[in-house]
Amino acid sequence: MAPLRVLLIDDEEELVVTLAERMMLRGIEVEGVTSGADAIGRVQLVKFDVVVLDMKMPGIGGLEVMKRIRREQPGIKFILMTGRGSLEEGEEGMQEGAFAYLLKPINIEDLMKKMMEAIGV
Amino acid sequence: MGFLRRMIPDYWAEEGSSAKGLFRYRRLWKYSVSLTALVSLAPLIIMTVVNYYLDQKVLRVEMIHPISQHTSNTKRSLEFFIEERLSALNLIIHDKSFEDLADQKRLISIFGNMKNSFGGFVDLGLIDAKGYQRSYVGPYELKGKDYKDQSWFHEVSLRGLYVSNVFMGYRNFPHFVIAVKNEKSGEGFYVLRATIDAETPIQKIISPLDLRPSTDVFVINREGVLQTSSRFHGKILEKSSVPVPPFSSRPEVLEGHTREGQSYLLGYAYIERTPFILMIVAQRAALMKNWLSVRRDLIWFLVGSVVLILLVIFWGSIYMVSRVREADLKRDALLHNVEYTNKMASIGRLATGVAHEINNPLAIINEKAGLVKDLALRTEDFPQKEKIIKNIDSLLANVDRCSTITHRLLGFAKRMDVSLETINLELIIREVLGFLEKEASYRNISVHFHIPEGFPSIQSDRGQLQQVFLNIINNAFAAMKEGGRIDISMREERDEDAVAVTIKDNGHGISKEDLPRIFEPFFTTKKEGGVGLGLSITYGIVEKLGGRISVESTVGQATEFTVILPAKKTRF
Repeated sequence: MAPLRVLLIDDEEELVVTLAERMMLRGIEVEGVTSGADAIGRVQLVKFDVVVLDMKMPGIGGLEVMKRIRREQPGIKFILMTGRGSLEEGEEGMQEGAFAYLLKPINIEDLMKKMMEAIGV
Repeated sequence: MGFLRRMIPDYWAEEGSSAKGLFRYRRLWKYSVSLTALVSLAPLIIMTVVNYYLDQKVLRVEMIHPISQHTSNTKRSLEFFIEERLSALNLIIHDKSFEDLADQKRLISIFGNMKNSFGGFVDLGLIDAKGYQRSYVGPYELKGKDYKDQSWFHEVSLRGLYVSNVFMGYRNFPHFVIAVKNEKSGEGFYVLRATIDAETPIQKIISPLDLRPSTDVFVINREGVLQTSSRFHGKILEKSSVPVPPFSSRPEVLEGHTREGQSYLLGYAYIERTPFILMIVAQRAALMKNWLSVRRDLIWFLVGSVVLILLVIFWGSIYMVSRVREADLKRDALLHNVEYTNKMASIGRLATGVAHEINNPLAIINEKAGLVKDLALRTEDFPQKEKIIKNIDSLLANVDRCSTITHRLLGFAKRMDVSLETINLELIIREVLGFLEKEASYRNISVHFHIPEGFPSIQSDRGQLQQVFLNIINNAFAAMKEGGRIDISMREERDEDAVAVTIKDNGHGISKEDLPRIFEPFFTTKKEGGVGLGLSITYGIVEKLGGRISVESTVGQATEFTVILPAKKTRF
C-alpha cells in the first residue's frame, strides 16, 4: 500500500517541523508549509490524500484555504486543528465539509486515527 | 393600626445598611409632603380666614344698619310726641291769661279740648310763682298743693320748661310730668303743669309690630332707671341691666355684653330736653343664628377638605417616593450589572488572549516532547531510556493539564455570549465544581449528586447557568465549616415542562428576617464585606432564562436553593 500523503499547514514553523517528523516516523509522507498561500501553491503541483490544517493563521484563514484547496483537488480530506477553547470554529469547518477537528495541543495518536478513518482504512 | 401603617412608607422603618440612602428618601418624602401641603392648604386657609373676617364685617354693618335706622326713627317719633305736648302747653299758657287758667271751670274746658286733640294727658294744673297750685283738673286732689320747695319747680322757673322722670304716683300707674312757664312782665310768673300717661302712648311709639322677638326696645333715664317696661332688661322703674351709654346728640350703635355675658348690639338716642334715653337692644346671637349655622357647615367642609387633601398628599407622596426609590434601586442594580458584565467581559478578553498565546507554545512543547518520546522509543536500549520516557510522559501529562486550564479559561470567556444550546446540567455543575475543587479538598467538603436516570438535557445558556450555579455553590461553601456536605439533586417538573435543581448545604443557614431579602441588590450577610450582588444577579439571570429561584433555610442546619428552569427553548 502506498504511503499516505499528507499536507500539514500551520503558521508555527517549529510545530510544522516537529509534527511532520513525528508523522514521518509513523510511515506517513508529509509535506509541511507555514502559510495558506504556500499550501495552495503545493496542491497545484502535488496530489495529497489528507490536509491537516490550522484554522487560525495570518494571511489567508483556515476556511478560505480549505475552499481553495478543494477547488484544486476536490476529493481531498481535511482534518482541522483549532486553538480555540470554543468548538465553534471546528464546528464551522465541519459544516464546510471537513472530516474532523482536533483541539490543540493535539494528541498524535488521535490524529493518526482520524487520518486513517479519513481515507477509509 | 393597618390604616396607620399604610400611611407610613416602607422605607421609613428601614434602618441599617444603607441608612444614608434611606435618609434621602425620608427627606424627599418630608419635602414632598410639606411643600404640597403648604401650596395646597395655605391658600385654602388664608382664603377661609379672610372670608371669615370679611363676612363678619359685612354682617356687622348689616346688623347695625337697621338698628341705627330704627333708633333714629323712634327717637324722632318720641321727640315729636313730647314736643307736641310741650307746644300744646306753651300755646295754652301764652294764649290764656293767668285769671282764665286760674278759673277752675275754664281749666276744665281747656283740659277737655286738650284731651280730645292730644292723647296721653292725665291732668292739668296751674301753679303760681310761689309754688301754689291755683287750679287743677284731674283724678287727684292736688288743688292747693304747695310745690315751692320741689326741685322740678325750681327747674321750670329757671329753664321755663320741665320734663320729669317717670314715676308711679298715687294711683300706681307710670306717668311723667311736663311743665312750662309764662313770665308776666313785672308780676312774676306762673307755670302750667300736666301729667302724661307714660305707658300706653310711648309703648305704642317705641314698639312697632314687626319687632324681632329677640329685640328689646325701652326707655331709661340718665340714671339707668327703666322708664318703660322692657322684655329682657327689667321692669319699669327698676335699674336696667344694660348700663347707661355715653352721651351723644345723635343716635348711636354700640356693642356690649350684659352682666350675664350675652353679647348685644345697642342702638340708643338721648331724647332732647328730657331725661329720657331710647334704648334698642338686639341680641347678637339671635341676629347671627343663620350665619352661625352656615359658618359651622363651612368649618366642617374646611376640616373635611383639609383631611382629604392631607390624605391625598400623604398617599401621593408615598407613592411618588416609592416609585423614585424603586427606579433608583433598579438603576443601581442595572449599573452594577453593567459594571459586572463589563468586568467579566474584560476578564474574558484577557483570558482569551492569555489562553491563545499560551496554547501555541504549549502545542509546540507537546510536539517536541512527543518527538523526543517517539525517537527514544525507536532507539535501541540506551542508559536511562526508561527514566527518560517516564519523564517525557510526565511532561506530556502536564502539557495536558495546562491545556485543560487554557480551555477552561476560554470556556469562561465564552460566557459573555448569550446563546442557547443543549445543556447537560450535571456537566455544567461539575465544571463549576472544578473551579472549587482545591477549596473543597482543603476544607474537606463533599459534594453528592442525586440525579434520576434519564434526566433530560435542557435548552439554555451555558455561560449564564455556570454563573448561577457558581454563585449558589460559592455561597454554600462560604456558609459551611470544614467537612461540610453539599447535596445536589435534580428532578423533572413534568407539569410545567421544567427541571428543578436543588442545592442543599449544611451550613449556618439564613435567619427568618434576612430570608425575604437575600435576592435584593446590595443585601449581604457576609461579615467580611460582600458586595451583595451575587444572588441578585443570580435571580436576574434565572428570570431571564425563564425560570425561577427559591430558598428555604433553617438556622444552624441547612439552606436549600431550588432553581427551576424551562426544559425547552424560551424566547428572550
